[in-house]
Amino acid sequence: MVPRTPPEVGGMGHSVKRKEDARFIRGKGTYVDDIQLPGMLYLDIVRSPLAHARITKIDTSKALAIPGVLAVITGADLAKYNLHWMPTLMSDTQMVLPVEKVMYQAQEVAAVLATDRYIAADGVDAVEVAYEPLPVVVDPIKALAPDAPVLRTDKTDKKDNHIWHWEWGDRAATDRAFAEADVTVRQDIYLPRIHVASIETCGCVAHFDRVADKLTVWMTTQAPHAIRTVFALVAGHVGLAEHKIRIISPDIGGGFGGKVPVYPGYVIAVAASVLTGKPVKWVEDRMENLQADSFARDYHMTCELAARKDGTLTALRIKTIADHGYADAAANPSKFPAGLFHICTGSYDFQAAHVEVDGVYTNKPPGGIAYRCSFRVTEAVHAIERMTDLMAHHLGMDPAEFRLKNFIRPEQFPYRSALGWEYDSGNYAAALRKAMDRIGYAELRREQAEKRQRGELMGIGISSFTEIVGAGPSKHFDILGLKMFDSAEIRVHPTGKVIARFGTRSQGQGHETTYAQIIAEELGIPVADIQVEEGDTDTAPYGLGTYASRSTPVAGAAGAMAARKIRDKARKIAAYLLEAAEDDLVWEPGRFSVAGAPHRFKTIQDIAFAAYTNHPQGMEAGLEAVSYYDPPNLTYPFGSYICVVDIDKGTGQVKVRRFVAVDDCGNIINPMIVEGQIHGGLTMGLAPALYEEIAYDENGNIQGGSFIDYLLPTAVETPRWETDKTTTPSPHHPLGAKGVGESATVGAPAAIANAVVDALWHLGVRHVDIPITPAKVWKLLREKGVSE
Amino acid sequence: MIPAAFEYHAPASLADAVKLLGQHGDEAKILSGGQSLIPLMKLRLATPRHVVDINGIAGLDYLKEEDGVLRIGALVREADLEDSEFIRARYPLLHDTSRVVADPLVRNLATVCGNLAHADPANDHPAAMLALGAEVVATGPRGERRIAITSFFTGPFATALRGDEVLTEVRVPVPLPRSGGAYLKLERKVGDFATAAVAVQVALDPAGTCVHAGVGLTNAGTVPIKARRAEGFLRGKPLDDATVRRAGELAAEEADPVDDVRGSAAYKRDLVRVLTARALRLAAGRAGAGR
Repeated sequence: MVPRTPPEVGGMGHSVKRKEDARFIRGKGTYVDDIQLPGMLYLDIVRSPLAHARITKIDTSKALAIPGVLAVITGADLAKYNLHWMPTLMSDTQMVLPVEKVMYQAQEVAAVLATDRYIAADGVDAVEVAYEPLPVVVDPIKALAPDAPVLRTDKTDKKDNHIWHWEWGDRAATDRAFAEADVTVRQDIYLPRIHVASIETCGCVAHFDRVADKLTVWMTTQAPHAIRTVFALVAGHVGLAEHKIRIISPDIGGGFGGKVPVYPGYVIAVAASVLTGKPVKWVEDRMENLQADSFARDYHMTCELAARKDGTLTALRIKTIADHGYADAAANPSKFPAGLFHICTGSYDFQAAHVEVDGVYTNKPPGGIAYRCSFRVTEAVHAIERMTDLMAHHLGMDPAEFRLKNFIRPEQFPYRSALGWEYDSGNYAAALRKAMDRIGYAELRREQAEKRQRGELMGIGISSFTEIVGAGPSKHFDILGLKMFDSAEIRVHPTGKVIARFGTRSQGQGHETTYAQIIAEELGIPVADIQVEEGDTDTAPYGLGTYASRSTPVAGAAGAMAARKIRDKARKIAAYLLEAAEDDLVWEPGRFSVAGAPHRFKTIQDIAFAAYTNHPQGMEAGLEAVSYYDPPNLTYPFGSYICVVDIDKGTGQVKVRRFVAVDDCGNIINPMIVEGQIHGGLTMGLAPALYEEIAYDENGNIQGGSFIDYLLPTAVETPRWETDKTTTPSPHHPLGAKGVGESATVGAPAAIANAVVDALWHLGVRHVDIPITPAKVWKLLREKGVSE
Repeated sequence: MIPAAFEYHAPASLADAVKLLGQHGDEAKILSGGQSLIPLMKLRLATPRHVVDINGIAGLDYLKEEDGVLRIGALVREADLEDSEFIRARYPLLHDTSRVVADPLVRNLATVCGNLAHADPANDHPAAMLALGAEVVATGPRGERRIAITSFFTGPFATALRGDEVLTEVRVPVPLPRSGGAYLKLERKVGDFATAAVAVQVALDPAGTCVHAGVGLTNAGTVPIKARRAEGFLRGKPLDDATVRRAGELAAEEADPVDDVRGSAAYKRDLVRVLTARALRLAAGRAGAGR
């Protein structure tokens, strides 16, 4: 796309350098832990060493004897205010602090309030808790057994560990298609529990000002407005009202979905500040973050595909056990307990499909959040892309040819999927063909055949994913009833400079730059003259926040719509100034001129000045607009990824030799930022494919609870990403844009897993669950008699 | 992630350091690079009441060949080995090892002697020093004594050092003619402890027959392991493919790993087999190149 604005304006299509980086690269960002207030106290948390246990005693005397320890807060203390339990976003409940028993290792047990964080840590060490161990339920499948211990004994009517059953699609039609199929394949696929591991952990500074009767909370949150409403709804009974609560989400060091939930630490810090009247800081450490905050994935899927023998896919069926830990604390739109998992028909044209998901309680931290994957889209993509490869190999077809045969064709859009989604646009074959050309697919297949002759292991994997982002149309999408619109408010000041505020919150995505570019595109005002602000509920318009790749599709659209309202008013002012009819004015970015007389023009800056100094009689002064944008549909970005792996027969190590990513996110606002998003996303896709997992032993002890064992890949592990794009604009988004922040995370793991299985298929290997560790590959190789 | 309270001491001389150890006994720990001690203290897995920082003591950072040995002082950092062209050319095993200890930030501070004194079976230098036949120098109230590396590691995180001794030097014999060494480590990601790693040092006669072999294993048991049977098998043989493979099998038999998050015992044992053979091929190539 050729930019419509010159580089000095910096509208869509320009790789404008990120405005926010001026402070970040100087170390001048302001994160929660940078907030220092006079008299601030520090909170630290005592956590359970056991995964399931009755608390028989909490002895705080030694901790309270330490000079500087002011209080030890327990569940019993919070129970006095009915704050020991809190609701989750999915209408479940979770503990703030326990009164009776703990439900997972590292659960909050008590909180120490002290004059500095060092004393608070000593206080935590000195609190003595006695536990009576209870039977631990780790495996969600065993949790459903009739004799499994019932975990949620707080729910008096609960007789098992089953949370909910959800299903979607036409069961009868799907069963019929399977019965009539020439070929079916079936595979159990586990997508393991992982963690966002954002570089900044979670925390807050809560400050209840008794004079102003106002609570201000600086908080690591992706959704400050929704959080304020939740606080007002759950703490109204202790006197907090929405206009007396201010949530400030300062600079955020990565969210990825992990900073959507309300964690107990926030609530305890708020309670402590309200009770003491002093500011209270709580910032968790890395191990607390990994061990106690919301996880992602943890889906046990049984997947089936049906096809005709000519290779035409006909039906898909998936049954899933979803391990939610001890509470369903997912952060999905409320009507969708399994998120948007039913995008699992992917890029393919199916006659019929049916999915079932059952949520289950276990003795693990509650969740699960959507880790950079819209809502459960990674799970869906992994299922369909693994199964597509399995079917292709089973039929003896090339996986690329098989995909090209079964893709939804460009002329079928808008396309209604078997599971009811209306895909807005797509051209899947174009993206795959481009990726094949770029990587030299045919040549790689030849190389693979030669290497196989020599006993060398090389694999090629494809993932042609479809995303579903930008929640969402308010008809279907809400969180606790709050419709999932988003907002923008633009104020053009007399000298033509702009402050624009949005209902979202950047956590590194670059909103200060991209939103400014949207406004620059619509108004012709230079990016340098536009200041974007987010995250302060006292100043920004109400919005649902940043997650699920919704900022550009929803708030970005609101920004464009608000700018267009301003342009409409600017036209009226220009007509007045130029003494011309509105219809005779021609807009080009940054100016209105009279049709046929281009020397007669007024710039947007002239018009802005006039809006405050010389506006028409009868018109209100000023040049401002607000838009609350309710998207008519989601956007459906997509892409095709191809990777090449080499496998070391001696050690089982998998090396990603090449990785080509062709993405399509519609019209691009800032190509550099999109490329950065894809690089980061691919690395976050590589991570669970080969490295990351939060596993538990049979006693519920976490196995990946620090960065020693939770294996975040570094630059050393990361291959050189080769990126490219196709452009299929969204037909309904005002700018033709689609979300892109999550595409790569969603699409990459399946490409890598498919490549590994492709390398081992001739040995009889049909599937490997991620993370594909050297130890797993070694075991498969030795089982198949391959060694060095 | 905040350590328990402790007293910090910064003696200006070795004698003062030794005296402090004498006064505080088991309650004192030496701080050199601090890259193992400080994380353990932050996790409160180690809670020494006294920390004796030896970084201010002059004259402990030497790295030099003298009287037929390479002397590595107590304050020589991993990065000093890694950045030394002399070490790369003459002690390739040490150079390989220093490059895979943790990550560059750690290596800027972590010391070679500390890597030995901490005696974590997952540390990398113990295997290298076992392969090289090094000895360590312990300085205590009655002066210095030398301890052969083979009798230094007495158990997991336990050494032959007495409570009032500082490990002040490690001494590596200068290589024989036509020597080569190599360290191969499989780690789950860069910076991790080894799933398994193998250190080898060989010397060849002019005809290419192995006249000396040292083989050390990292994280293959509760202590660093010297694979004596593999070493004995190699001596007197040309390092051809069959020989290095057989040596790998013998080293694997000498390994005594356990199942853990890094893999099963069987996997680690097989890694020892594979890595030993590969390291021997590499070392033999290096020895041959210097012929």
